[in-house]
Amino acid sequence: MPAAQGQSGMIAVLMVVLRRDLTLAVRRMSDVLTTLFFFVIVVSLFPLGVGPEMAVLREIAPGVIWVAALLASMLALERLFSDDFRDGALEQLLLLPQPLSLLVLSKVLAHWLISGAPLVLMAPLLGMQLGLSWDAIQVLLLTLLLGTPAMSLIGAVGAALTLGLRGRGVLLALLVLPLYIPVLIFGAGAVEASVSGLGASAHVFLLGAVLVLTICFAPLATAMALKISME
Amino acid sequence: MSINWFKYSSPVSFYPLAGRLMPWFTGVTLILMAIGLYLGFFVAPTDYQQGEAYRIMFVHVPAAWMSMFIYLVMAAYAGLGLAFNTRLSSMMAKALAPTGAMFTVVALWTGALWGKPMWGAWWVWDARLTSELILLFLYLGFMSLQAAIDDPRRAARAGAVLALVGAVNVPIIYFSVKWWNTLHQGASISFDKAPSMATTMLVTLLIMSVAFWTYTIAVVLQRVRCEILERERHSDWVIALTQEKQA
Repeated sequence: MPAAQGQSGMIAVLMVVLRRDLTLAVRRMSDVLTTLFFFVIVVSLFPLGVGPEMAVLREIAPGVIWVAALLASMLALERLFSDDFRDGALEQLLLLPQPLSLLVLSKVLAHWLISGAPLVLMAPLLGMQLGLSWDAIQVLLLTLLLGTPAMSLIGAVGAALTLGLRGRGVLLALLVLPLYIPVLIFGAGAVEASVSGLGASAHVFLLGAVLVLTICFAPLATAMALKISME
Repeated sequence: MSINWFKYSSPVSFYPLAGRLMPWFTGVTLILMAIGLYLGFFVAPTDYQQGEAYRIMFVHVPAAWMSMFIYLVMAAYAGLGLAFNTRLSSMMAKALAPTGAMFTVVALWTGALWGKPMWGAWWVWDARLTSELILLFLYLGFMSLQAAIDDPRRAARAGAVLALVGAVNVPIIYFSVKWWNTLHQGASISFDKAPSMATTMLVTLLIMSVAFWTYTIAVVLQRVRCEILERERHSDWVIALTQEKQA
């Protein structure tokens, strides 16, 4: 059955891409740790700037943790395609017969496992630092779990568009941050709603919807952007 | 009589057409803006609630409309350019962006001028203000991306992808900001139940909107002409044109 063979062949290729990216990242752990430390440091700066009153900190905690996670995941974006672009691996990826959008999806998944998942795991600790209750921390964990992959997917479009440009970092921020706003609103809103006792489910569902939409459309836009940038 | 529209999709034939149309749109803009501003500042009655300060609305509301509409037009042109690979569409998209950003700034600025006497604050985190600000960020992103890429073909296509992604995102951003706002702010100011407008006010508003339209068209045509000359500067017809001008 050639069709089934083609399908399993495609999954095999996607797994190879995923494993390759993860292997490369594991061999250079410092990249993972830099993003994580950035996240922790930004959150820790807020008590120093705002003051140590727990009541104030508890109120701003959802927003602070979410904005810090957003900045950290944006900083990690720069590495998403640039190494492959420099050593020519990206060109080989474009030449594969498999649809580029699916290859992009597995690259983004690898990128999220490296840069997004550690943020999610670190968040409860920071939540406790800022005095969030256990219920709120659970919601924080859930929303970050839904929100960080969505941000990686949206950010991939910007990373692909700015590939190899001068002054790339700031440009990437300018392109990507406005598009992160819905994720930020629903994510921080869910935690805030849970803190104030309103129930977080509406925000969490909307965040899930955003994630589904980005899984469907962002890889297509990223693939198109990569083709434009590699011409 | 049928007009061959495709003829004007080529820069060579669009350049002189734009040059002929531009003065007309400029003239109409000047006349309409003079009438609109006169009506707005001298004829329209004073609002019984807002006093004289409401008159900024005649600039503010059309500017806000234009800022949103231009983004859609820009994304449509960008999409056309991406789908059919027409050079002129991407030039139009590029030419529209600065005007759109300008109207966004005008809308925000006049909004602040209106907000100070009405709300007692230059800025409030109202849903409309916030989404207008985000729209400005989207325009700035589009323009910076185009400015950062040297190759005009890549710049046009990359900008087009960004404009389309932005256009898909605009409604999502708008509604998320709206919900964010209703959850955060108890007493927000609503325009939804605006009192019915006097006829002169409505007519003035419409005249000003049309004036902003023709202004946009005039400016964009001129900018496209410059863009065409710059991109086609090595082609025979531009060289012939410059030699003709010099002679």
